[in-house]
Amino acid sequence: MKRIIASLLAAVAFCSAALASSDGPAWDKFPKERVTNLAALQNGAKLFVNHCLNCHAAAFMRYNRLKDIGLTDEQIKQNLVFAGEKVGDLMTVSLSPKDAKEWFGANPPDLTVIARSRADGSKGSGADYLYTYMRTFYRDTSRPTGWNNLVFPSVGMPHVLWELQGEQRAVFADEKDPHDPAKTVHVFKGFEQTKPGSLSKADYDVAVADLVAYLQWMGEPAQNQRVRMGVWVLLFLAIFTVIAWRLNAAFWKDVK
Amino acid sequence: MATFKELPADAPAVAKVTNWFENRFPTAFDAYKVHMSEYYAPKNFNAWYFFGSLALLVLVIQIVTGIFLVMHYKPDANTAFASVEYIMRDVPWGWLIRYMHSTGASAFFVVVYLHMWRGMMYGSYRKPRELVWIFGCAIFLALMAEAFMGYLLPWGQMSYWGAQVIVNLFAAVPFIGPDLALLIRGDYVVGDATLNRFFSFHVIAVPLVLLGLVVAHLLALHDVGSNNPDGVEIKGPKAPKDAKGKPLDGIPFHPYYTVHDIFGVGMFLMVFCAIIFFGPELGGYFLEYNNFIPADPLKTPAHIAPVWYFTPYYSMLRATTDVMVNVLCGVIAIAAVVSLLGVKGRAKVAIAIGALIGIALLKTFDAKFWGVVVMGGAVVILFFLPWLDNAPAKSIRYRPGWHKVLYGIFVVFFVVLGYLGIQPPSDAGTIVSQVGTLFYFGFFLLMPWWSTIGTFKPVPDRVVFAAH
Repeated sequence: MKRIIASLLAAVAFCSAALASSDGPAWDKFPKERVTNLAALQNGAKLFVNHCLNCHAAAFMRYNRLKDIGLTDEQIKQNLVFAGEKVGDLMTVSLSPKDAKEWFGANPPDLTVIARSRADGSKGSGADYLYTYMRTFYRDTSRPTGWNNLVFPSVGMPHVLWELQGEQRAVFADEKDPHDPAKTVHVFKGFEQTKPGSLSKADYDVAVADLVAYLQWMGEPAQNQRVRMGVWVLLFLAIFTVIAWRLNAAFWKDVK
Repeated sequence: MATFKELPADAPAVAKVTNWFENRFPTAFDAYKVHMSEYYAPKNFNAWYFFGSLALLVLVIQIVTGIFLVMHYKPDANTAFASVEYIMRDVPWGWLIRYMHSTGASAFFVVVYLHMWRGMMYGSYRKPRELVWIFGCAIFLALMAEAFMGYLLPWGQMSYWGAQVIVNLFAAVPFIGPDLALLIRGDYVVGDATLNRFFSFHVIAVPLVLLGLVVAHLLALHDVGSNNPDGVEIKGPKAPKDAKGKPLDGIPFHPYYTVHDIFGVGMFLMVFCAIIFFGPELGGYFLEYNNFIPADPLKTPAHIAPVWYFTPYYSMLRATTDVMVNVLCGVIAIAAVVSLLGVKGRAKVAIAIGALIGIALLKTFDAKFWGVVVMGGAVVILFFLPWLDNAPAKSIRYRPGWHKVLYGIFVVFFVVLGYLGIQPPSDAGTIVSQVGTLFYFGFFLLMPWWSTIGTFKPVPDRVVFAAH
């Protein structure tokens, strides 16, 4: 009995903790139109292969599926396949989970469906999360990698796009907790660029949007085809239903 | 054997072929008449009556898409997640088949809940349709088992931890619980053995039971005839009939209701396909976001919620805390005192002893166990509905206005319980779900008493029907 109460209390406490963490910084809106833009997707694929696909795998995704975003087998072979894989191969990496655990403290998750898994009903889509995450890395000397992240505190991954974004510092201020005047809370006030990157802030946002567009597309390569088809299916069903409705009326007019 | 019919030599070819088959397989021709062309259904069905045929449609969708999924799915803890993504990417149209199946699972519960609600509103479970209702409840139970075991197969985090939570519920059964849970899992944790047996149950064992029950449900229905929104018997001895003895208020199922149901199918498919093509995850309700993370036995998700169709019952489980058990003891005590006032002699002793045993049992076992009992009881109680309802009128149309209010509150509580089951637990949520649970059981257990009270409207002799 006591165990039940204790576990219930723990559950309640845990849930309020979970809710508190979901109060964290709001996610920025990912510019959705990039997912239907082939140039953006191709740029995203390039960024993905160059920066992500060294530690992270996308083990359910085949290189040659990139043909769906307008690349040819030859282009894929020339530009995106490095380690002698075939274009029909899956996007695996040779980093062993054991090494990864030792180096980063965690095994880098597979990225094939990462955009689908990170959605949160109350905060936004998985793409929104990733778009925010990739833009909110900041320097933090207290972390072993020297990097921290606003939406993923104590993140294991260092900032892989730092050359593009440069380095930024997070400014925090201690403020009185509005719920409890005796406490102070650590409030995020904004970023301060400490070292410029090779891209301007606006260009970096576009690059991240392209990368996230690619991740979003890779999560479900059929998604654009799905929506296009859906329009025709619903048009057909609308006509079908109208005919069925009139047919029904024709039969039922005899029923008195 | 039926008489062997000979057609004249100059009969049309189609008639000859038909006759050839009818002579050799008369059962099929009789069945067509009994269940389709000469099955008389009341002519006053409203839109609520679409959901029976829609449930059949979804069953077919699930079986057909399931067959194709099994061709590519691998029931192996190491490859299951990858094989689902393989279906989504490399199998031609695999994504469509998979979305049809995942959306179909939720659609099944939508139509079945609405179908059951229709039965409750119009008293379709009342004599002589008790068995139709009981077969239906058994279908609902089988469907829950089917959905639960199917949900493990994608082997994502929610699959894994949802199964872990539900199987652990069985462990709460006194004495045999832990062994029972072990028997279900086939291992000490949910693992490859669990996945394999759930796969087996999901693709063959439960579907066979389900199909058998659906056949029984339909055969029993066609034996006693369909009820209707007025709750008036169209085939009874007093019902008006034409010269051939056909009910005047009935019409042949085929073509009138087949063509009617096709219209319903069109409307249903528009919603169904809109979800498949434009939002197969349906905001995380049909496909939970966490389930796109492969199952990880070492990483418990912060919040484990069953899929939406289980959440009303899951809420009742969570509502059963120690406080709730004390409340239940109080309810038993009050019920005993009230019934003691009404009876005399030996029955008094029996009631008192029964109540004491009930309270002693409630206090002996864990609240967790009683939560499981409450959750199971909430489904099992549906089986007894035909004998709980004593109202003089079958249909809600002729019952007192406050009965309608009570039915309305019932639905509201059911939906609220479902909503709370999705949310992480909270103090306010727990209290609301406790009230909801008490209402749910009160609604059914007190029905023999309240269903007779109030002013009933006169039930007409014939169904109310306005020609279209």
